[in-house]
Amino acid sequence: MANFSTNEFKAGLKIMLDGEPCNILENEYVKPGKGQAFNRVKIRKLISGKVLEKTFRSGESFEAADVMDTELAYLYSDGEFWHFMNNETFEQIAADEKAVADSVKWLVENDVCTITLFNGSPIVVTPPNFVEIEIVETDPGLKGDTAGTGGKPATLATGAVVRVPLFVQTGEIVKVDTRSGEYASRAQTQK
Amino acid sequence: MWQPTASIDALRQRAAIIASIRAFFDSRNVLEVETPCLSSHTISDPYLQAMVTKHTEPGASQSRTLYLQTSPEYAMKRLLAAGSGDIFQLCKAFRDDEVGRLHNPEFTMLEWYRVGFDMHSLINEVGALLIEILPIINIDQFTYVEVFQRLLGFDPLNISMNELRNVCDSCDLSNYAESLKASIYDIHSDNGQRLLKDSLLQVLFNQQIEPNIGVTSPAIVTNFPASQASLATLSSDGETANRFEVYFKGVELANGFNELTNVKEQTVRFEEDNAKRALLGLPAQVIDRYFLAALRAGLPNCSGVALGVDRLIMLATEQTSIEKVMSFSHRNC
Repeated sequence: MANFSTNEFKAGLKIMLDGEPCNILENEYVKPGKGQAFNRVKIRKLISGKVLEKTFRSGESFEAADVMDTELAYLYSDGEFWHFMNNETFEQIAADEKAVADSVKWLVENDVCTITLFNGSPIVVTPPNFVEIEIVETDPGLKGDTAGTGGKPATLATGAVVRVPLFVQTGEIVKVDTRSGEYASRAQTQK
Repeated sequence: MWQPTASIDALRQRAAIIASIRAFFDSRNVLEVETPCLSSHTISDPYLQAMVTKHTEPGASQSRTLYLQTSPEYAMKRLLAAGSGDIFQLCKAFRDDEVGRLHNPEFTMLEWYRVGFDMHSLINEVGALLIEILPIINIDQFTYVEVFQRLLGFDPLNISMNELRNVCDSCDLSNYAESLKASIYDIHSDNGQRLLKDSLLQVLFNQQIEPNIGVTSPAIVTNFPASQASLATLSSDGETANRFEVYFKGVELANGFNELTNVKEQTVRFEEDNAKRALLGLPAQVIDRYFLAALRAGLPNCSGVALGVDRLIMLATEQTSIEKVMSFSHRNC
């Protein structure tokens, strides 16, 4: 595997640190008038998701992390693993609870998710930015209220709870932004 | 990409600040000088990299190596030794291996020398210049020992290596300290230990102290450890150097010395620099013989300071990077 020196660091580069793959978010070179230069680097640990600021000696090098993103369709969960499939090769991969983490509430069958692989194993599952899911439970809204005054909670088929406008009813399919967890609109295609 | 990195308005503000710097020195009878950007020698500082070029005389079969100046210090001291009296210079300086928000490989430096000034008289003059250019009303002043004691709770001159490593561990710098240690040859020698200690103090200063001083008014830190004296005289007890640095809003703005005039001591400092270079795996630097000869002839007692003009203009115009006040940066020069 290749090595990267601090002067090659840029946002998006993935390196190994303390045995864990990390994504570089920001890199600032610091050169005091006297003394050694160093780099202040903001990184995200890919497995724990923690964001850290680290100081590296300028010129220090790090092993590149064997990390790659793949686009896979979600198939089903057997309770222990979540199974995904490559729609072209039909190859299947199973992600564990740690990799799926909070994304579990946005997993819809056949949706194409981004699976981050480290040494070939899934470490992060990222759902599409928008998903469409049916509401299984919400209070009946008042008739005529179309503007919404803050909305009401609605439980979706995947277990996620989002705030929806008052006019949206149980059984309807809604479009949700998975990055913010906010309701976006009613889905174009209803059942 | 062809357009300037600064707005035309920022360039106008830049021109006005440069004009007021000239007026400041004119009103104080300090002579403006120009010295060459090219030099047959370069400095011995282990942490500065000079850019190198070649000059070929007409018809010559071999060319001569010339260095672009990292600062005009040696040439200006030669003028002082030749009897110039008080002098200032606005010039380009060049440093290899430096790029960032506060760095461009080519930048503008203001450097001035005052004959007969001690460090404190020069600090007062730096303050007067800053008050004229920046929207500030006063300057804070601390010693190096004071800022460490106040913000980190230890005495940097007397702390043991073990205690210093513990402080680094508590500041999430243990990996950095290990990597630094591994980069120094002969780490167990006295010189190796001193170099490691200075480097650790430097990173603590940068990360724990700099963000907390000079927040609303510029802070001038004086009396650096003798091991960081560079070309400054030492205090009477020999523990600290008559060196000062100016910090404002997280930016290192200026670096000044009560200038070393003793040629023997200067030769020792050169040798110490070359010893540090060896510890860092860098080639030794040839000592500038013109500079040494000028010192031998006699440099008057004086104090001098170098100030980063692009950084000063950046702060005066509330920009966040120096390229916003430079016509073209290294990215599109």
